[in-house]
Amino acid sequence: MKNKLSKASRRAFLTCAVVVAAFVALQSLASAGAMSSMLRGLLVPICAYVVMAISLNLTVGVLGELSLGHAGFMSVGAFTGVTAAAALQNLVASKELRLIAALLVGAIFAGIVGFLVGIPVLRLNGDYLAIVTLAFGEIIKSVFNNLYLGLDGHGFHLSLLDNKLRMEEGGRLIIGGPMGVGGIQKIANFATGFALIMLCLVVIFNLVNSRAGRAIMAIRDNRIAAESVGIPVTKYKMTAFVTSAAMAGAAGALFALNFSTIVANKFDFNTSILVLVFVVLGGLGNMLGSIVAAAALTVLPEALRQFADYRMLVYAIVLIAVMLLRNSPGIRAFTERARIRKGGEAE
Amino acid sequence: MSFLNSLISGISLGSIYAIIALGYTMVYGIAKMLNFAHGDVIMVGAYVCFFAVSRFSLPPLLDVLLAVVVCTCLGMTIEKLAYAPLRAAPSLAVLITAIGVSYFLQNAALLLWTPNPKVFPNFFTHKATGQTGVVLFDGALRVSYVTLVTILVCLAIMAVLTVFISNSKLGKAMRAVSEDKDAARLMGINVNTTISATFAIGSGLAAIAGVLLCSAYPTLVPTTGSMPGIKAFTAAVFGGIGSIPGALLGGLMLGVIEILAKAYISTQLSDAVVFGVLIVVLLVKPTGLLGKVVREKV
Repeated sequence: MKNKLSKASRRAFLTCAVVVAAFVALQSLASAGAMSSMLRGLLVPICAYVVMAISLNLTVGVLGELSLGHAGFMSVGAFTGVTAAAALQNLVASKELRLIAALLVGAIFAGIVGFLVGIPVLRLNGDYLAIVTLAFGEIIKSVFNNLYLGLDGHGFHLSLLDNKLRMEEGGRLIIGGPMGVGGIQKIANFATGFALIMLCLVVIFNLVNSRAGRAIMAIRDNRIAAESVGIPVTKYKMTAFVTSAAMAGAAGALFALNFSTIVANKFDFNTSILVLVFVVLGGLGNMLGSIVAAAALTVLPEALRQFADYRMLVYAIVLIAVMLLRNSPGIRAFTERARIRKGGEAE
Repeated sequence: MSFLNSLISGISLGSIYAIIALGYTMVYGIAKMLNFAHGDVIMVGAYVCFFAVSRFSLPPLLDVLLAVVVCTCLGMTIEKLAYAPLRAAPSLAVLITAIGVSYFLQNAALLLWTPNPKVFPNFFTHKATGQTGVVLFDGALRVSYVTLVTILVCLAIMAVLTVFISNSKLGKAMRAVSEDKDAARLMGINVNTTISATFAIGSGLAAIAGVLLCSAYPTLVPTTGSMPGIKAFTAAVFGGIGSIPGALLGGLMLGVIEILAKAYISTQLSDAVVFGVLIVVLLVKPTGLLGKVVREKV
């Protein structure tokens, strides 16, 4: 037991150390001016996708439920976060404080939506659960595509479908339906993104190593057995799901505040799938794997720019090839043997 | 009368969804995998048909046949190269591979056929008069030939497929494999051939669905298949995934709900309404409308 726990914490420390090292290396590269502008522009999106990947890994890897609508929570976080940042623009002078407030608001709203979505979703199992998360993702996208939100002296004005906002002089439109949000102040920065990743890692590792985390993993491994020893399944499923949604919300806010415009269609089914690809490639339940996969696969399409039109084709082929190689019987047997030789237990 | 018009176009759209959903549901029933590349096979089918008409100006029936043949081969090739090596792998790995195949097909189409939208020809025009549909009740009700053909083709496919699955040797093998792969193997059924045949049938149907879809909505781009693919997948789950009558019922209901929501609620929110209904149905019947309830055993 003792050995196993220390192994888990070793892994947690290793993951955090790798993230810190990567941050220090990238930050010093950036300040030395040795970084290409392409990579510099990608730093914040990488952070956002890394947070998305580790938060989805909590749902898929630790809780064991397939979610195909994770981008929906990112969307909620993005839109509420941007709104909060816009509302605070004249009230709070410090950029950093506004950014943190936006991330918090994004996380809280995404958490609330996660809770509401979770009530029906977590009653289902397997592929049916997956399809309902997909459905919620699409619904969230449609709603934001038709939502108009304005701000004036009287506070927020909201309308659905048509721009029926009756605002007084000087009021400004924040969310403009299918046009999304325009004129965002780009206040997101790499250091905050890094801090968000670290915070999420700490939360996840602490959760996984706690009583709740063990309950969650017991539910993943055998729901009926977990239920029969008295674990309240719904409660723990909800804990993991809402935590995951809140993190995705913060990631969404961070992502949106890095661009000057953001539209709801950015957070569609394809984005959910993209994040799922990070998680599966990195390994289920393996946070470090998710981080590496998210960073590598965000950079890869940009790095393949020299292949111009062929880059997405190459990306698809790399994806298929990696999945085939990882699961080929020869390589599986090899890793299994390597694990036994190292003295670990074979699964 | 406008309600009747909407209802008919809903049934027509639903028929297309039903044909696509068949591909999903059969593959799911047998290989227990969500074949996300299915929507893109539709797109390939539509493109093949388009080029058969515009480049080689073949007669319509031959165009469709060519599309079916190409898609059948494509489906079997995808299965052999990408899915068959992953039989023993976890289902998520297969899912991601399917997504990879979907990206591959979309981007290959983008390179081969450019992102410029192609205008799909209308096969269903009366040669002599140039009419594209029948007009009933003094013009109050218009039914295009495409709509009629779509509904008839869907019913015909359903009938043939039901007979095939319940009576033919291969159909029986398919049912056996979907029930228990290992027991089927012990009974001397070649599981690999059976799965391959399922992909072939599903992909051939996808080609037909592609032609019908583009005849009704004639803009053809490399991403044409993805949204109908997702909708049809939803339809398959709606009716109970793995069930063939369920695919028909789910497809038709989804199509009708979508068109009615567009007509009476809001065009922009129709997708939200469709998915909302799906959620409600799954909450009341967690395995879909006609899905089998599997008892949990400890």
